Amino acid sequence: MKYFRLIWSNAWRKKIRTFLTVLSVFVAFLLFALLSAIGFAFRGGVDVADAERLIIINKVSLINPLPISYMSRVAATEGVEAVTHASWFGGYYQDPRNQFGQFPVDPQSYFDMYPEFVIPEEQFEAFKRNRTGAVVGKELAESYGWKVGDRIPIQATIWSRIDGSRVWEFDLEGIFSNDDPRSSTAIMLFQYDYFEEAREFGKGTAGWYVLRVAKGADPVQVANAIDLQFANSPSETKTSTEAAFAQSFTKQFGNIALIVTLILGAVFFTLLLVSGNTMSQSVRERISELAVLKTLGFDDRTVLGVVLSESILIMLLGGLLGLGVGWAVVQGLTKQLGAFLPGIFLSPGAIAGGIGMMIGAGILAGIFPALKAMRLSIIDALARA
Amino acid sequence: MRVLQQVLAVTWLNLRNLPQRIGSSVVAVIGVAAVVLVFAAVLSMAKGFERTMISAGSDDTAIIMRDGATSELTSGLSYEQVLIVGDAPGVLKDGDDSVISAELYVVVDVKKKTSNTDANVPFRGIQAGAFDVRKDVRLAAGRMFDAGKNEIIVGRSAQQEFAGLDTGSTIRFGQNEWTIVGMFEAGGSVSESELWTDVRVLQGAYRRGNSFQSVRVKLQSEDSLDILKAALEQDPRIDSDVMTEKEYYSGQAEGLSKFIKIIGYPLTILMSIGAVFGALNSMYSSVSVRGKEIATLRALGFGPSSILISTMVESTLLALIGGLLGGATAYLVFNGFQVSTLNGPSFSQVVFDFAVTGDLLVDGLCAALIIGAFGGLLPAIRAARLPVAQALREL
Repeated sequence: MKYFRLIWSNAWRKKIRTFLTVLSVFVAFLLFALLSAIGFAFRGGVDVADAERLIIINKVSLINPLPISYMSRVAATEGVEAVTHASWFGGYYQDPRNQFGQFPVDPQSYFDMYPEFVIPEEQFEAFKRNRTGAVVGKELAESYGWKVGDRIPIQATIWSRIDGSRVWEFDLEGIFSNDDPRSSTAIMLFQYDYFEEAREFGKGTAGWYVLRVAKGADPVQVANAIDLQFANSPSETKTSTEAAFAQSFTKQFGNIALIVTLILGAVFFTLLLVSGNTMSQSVRERISELAVLKTLGFDDRTVLGVVLSESILIMLLGGLLGLGVGWAVVQGLTKQLGAFLPGIFLSPGAIAGGIGMMIGAGILAGIFPALKAMRLSIIDALARA
Repeated sequence: MRVLQQVLAVTWLNLRNLPQRIGSSVVAVIGVAAVVLVFAAVLSMAKGFERTMISAGSDDTAIIMRDGATSELTSGLSYEQVLIVGDAPGVLKDGDDSVISAELYVVVDVKKKTSNTDANVPFRGIQAGAFDVRKDVRLAAGRMFDAGKNEIIVGRSAQQEFAGLDTGSTIRFGQNEWTIVGMFEAGGSVSESELWTDVRVLQGAYRRGNSFQSVRVKLQSEDSLDILKAALEQDPRIDSDVMTEKEYYSGQAEGLSKFIKIIGYPLTILMSIGAVFGALNSMYSSVSVRGKEIATLRALGFGPSSILISTMVESTLLALIGGLLGGATAYLVFNGFQVSTLNGPSFSQVVFDFAVTGDLLVDGLCAALIIGAFGGLLPAIRAARLPVAQALREL
């Protein structure tokens, strides 16, 4: 640390060059921050999955429903503590572009299943009492400016009502939130009973089941027991953990992760070249200065440290700034676009990884010039100058 | 003329001693190459996806779905409504029969070859008219499925991308076992991502009664769309959306291609800014290394403009080399690279190839030139303004 001033003034020896290098490092880490946040959204909640929860879907495909009669049979299976169900509604608000998840659910068992959804008690009671009631996540309410008491018309794309209409109106009874910043609450929940009664077709089914494994029970065994129970029936099931379900869904998007990695790779390769070049240039120009340092009694290792620290310092300067701005942009995007781009989040892991990369890149870029500086023989260097 | 001669002379001099500054020049070149590579790679994804989606649609085929349906998956039509569509004016007749195909669209889980994980593969029930309402669809291997049997023909892309779809093999979906009897091509369009079977068989297997999800009709001419639309709108027995197949597929493609572009363009701009810094760095060091040389030239009577222009030329040339390098790499690595992804509206997989097209490469090169010009301008001005006496004294 006592050499900080020396390192600092070395770094700014050529102001424009250092400034430009810091800026390109800044841009690289800004990109890194944004791409990691988007990458997180594509992981689709794998990171927040609850290990105790299992999802049961139709074996043929998620779009095929399951009989509602499975509810009690699943509940009676050994190792199952609680079960609830949900269905895909697939409507939109005002414009087909305003799509978000709407799910007809059984309110009590659903909220019991997802304790992370926090809702004021009186709002929840009102929701349970009102057959045409609905609750929405905070993100969604903020996006559309909805308040409790609003009447919200949802245009259905699949579910016609018995009366032939496809507009479903709901009374907004409550707004729930989720404290985990990694999770999105851009969804709307309403009463399955109302949905079941009013829909024109598909009666007697639910989209999927969610169950909680009892303490001490093995999730894999429970899943197998359920699938076995419904094997060879007209509606066979596929039961998987929440994480596996989220993951299989994410995998459907294909090689997005690979593409993001490729882009990051290209960015970092460039970054390393730019800064490595700057470092070796600046060492080359300073040979006589370094020789003087050595003459003054700086040992080899200190010279190595001074040059290497300079490289790391430049990386950290640009990189932390880039991560900081990236973080602010992600915060802004979540606020503005929560309903349209759910789940973007700059995770602490990504931030730590970014800082690690700054230091790593600093070492890689600085190590060769630093070694050169360390091996410098005073006499040669001074003679050359 | 004298100025031009001077510019040429100085530029030539600059380029000949480029090898002495190879380090920073290579860095600038690679910086620009990376920008063009990333730009072309990301946007070729959007291009390839759009091409796959839009080449599927033609202007003289109309698709009829229930009003308000956002895709075939969410639509529903009864047998009676299909008959109404078949009899409607504007629909092409082949003898007494209308050229139509009433279809059912479901999704089945099939494993992706690359990741060995389940993917939502579209499974379509068709009528015999399916080959007439679509352009460029032809059976490429095996035979057509027999009506009434659990037999499937698969699209070429689906066969390449998903496991267990080879001609002759059998595959199980739920309680039903199906035999794959043939493979069809559809000009690389989205239809090739699908599995096809007899609509009657699919209705039975998925307990859909006698219902359908969409009807495709061949129009008598492109102008017949309005006639058909008007006729169906007036009919109280049917509540439908009528559009050309091309409109339908453009709509289906919109979300994902917009998403890729929303990411791709800002990404390119950000990276370009980074590359401009790289180019600036390289050109500044080029100017500072050549300080004495420039001063000598000036003392010999070369004008400041020739110094300025030659520095700009050097920077632009380096950027151009970078651009070509990046573009060529993108083309070699990404063009034709097959991927499949989940397309939101139809909740099913679309298999497509990255398309590094000519106009993408031209755009990329333009970006490279802009980076080169920005990266060269300030250093060029500094070079031109270099105080001659002072620079010479530094000798």
